[in-house]
Amino acid sequence: MSTVPSDTAGYYRRMQSAVEELLILKGIVTPEEVQRQVDAMDTRNYKRGAKMVARAWCDPAYKARMLANGSAAAEELGLEVGPLKLIVVENTPSVHNVIVCTLCSCYPRMLLGIPPEWYKSRAYRSRVVREPRAVLAEFGTQLPEDVDIRVHDSTADMRYLVLPLRPGGTAGWNEERLAALVTRDSLIGVARLPDSK
Amino acid sequence: MGAAESVPVRFRVGDRVRVRRADPPGHLRTPWYCRGHVGTIERLCGAFANPEELAYNRPGLPAQPLYRVRFKATDLWPAYREHAGDVVEIEIFQHWLEELS
Amino acid sequence: MRSVHDMGGLEAGRCERDEHEYEQWEKRVDALMMLLSAKDRDLLKVDELRRNIESLGADAYDRMGYYERWMHSIVQTLIQRGVITIDELGRKLAEQDYRDGRG
Repeated sequence: MSTVPSDTAGYYRRMQSAVEELLILKGIVTPEEVQRQVDAMDTRNYKRGAKMVARAWCDPAYKARMLANGSAAAEELGLEVGPLKLIVVENTPSVHNVIVCTLCSCYPRMLLGIPPEWYKSRAYRSRVVREPRAVLAEFGTQLPEDVDIRVHDSTADMRYLVLPLRPGGTAGWNEERLAALVTRDSLIGVARLPDSK
Repeated sequence: MGAAESVPVRFRVGDRVRVRRADPPGHLRTPWYCRGHVGTIERLCGAFANPEELAYNRPGLPAQPLYRVRFKATDLWPAYREHAGDVVEIEIFQHWLEELS
Repeated sequence: MRSVHDMGGLEAGRCERDEHEYEQWEKRVDALMMLLSAKDRDLLKVDELRRNIESLGADAYDRMGYYERWMHSIVQTLIQRGVITIDELGRKLAEQDYRDGRG
């Protein structure tokens, strides 16, 4: 997708302003609601997913519940996710998971917020299902030869979170310290987490 | 969702299924690249209203069972010759799937 | 026929690590979509949003920015649903242009 600003940029900005004002005049939304929604989305970021990952690393029973029902597991930690139907896929020493929505940009927004621009790009959506290792390499990620890749195409009602492998050198760490290691890219699957020194 | 509003589940985990090669217009959630290919049912996700109908503000009922179907990368892509264990897993609605004869 | 948005498996360029902080208007487009599609309102279904984006045509689809496509699609859906009319939208745009010194 082009990064050159489109000549339509001004038009749609004006459109957003006009539509919002019309909907407010019609009593369909209030300005406060719109602002509340903007603020709510701003508070959603990958750290919510990191919290789940850290808990799963520390608590095998939680991990099992998370793999059975991702949304319920999120709610268990006080992470409100609304109607999200979350599937958590686990990285193991022999399996690496990576998430995409080839058809648009489906992403677990109610957990992690708005997806990064590259996730929505033509390059990522087209290529990661067909040449995942080449795409991962472009993100600086090399997988060992004996690891299988599972690419998950988010085509319908489910949304996905990758449970990354717990890095080495973290024995005895508390959840907060572990959560700080988790990156957004590892939750999408284009990155792995390096061992801790 | 009431039983009457949901199409009966046809497939079980492990079943081999083929994605139909249909090509209707409108809003479809079965990607082009998997049509005509054979995969394995990985799980049943539940039953959901049909997005093809929802896209036209119609109810999309009865709800269709939605599955995750696992495809081998070496089956999907002619050039994919290494890493025979790599897979692509896609959510596909039941009405796009047929059993292998 | 493969539609423009249905791009899985096609060849494409390098993945560039585009990240950007979204502008206020883009966040408000996102917010509007969430509010309109909420169950208690149901003035827009995510599926309608997607359909209207997918019918943009290959050139527009690739040229337009992400939230431009969304805004186009929200407008189309609201018109299709009869929530707003084309005339009142045109008048509101003109009124805002005048107010903001653009017209």
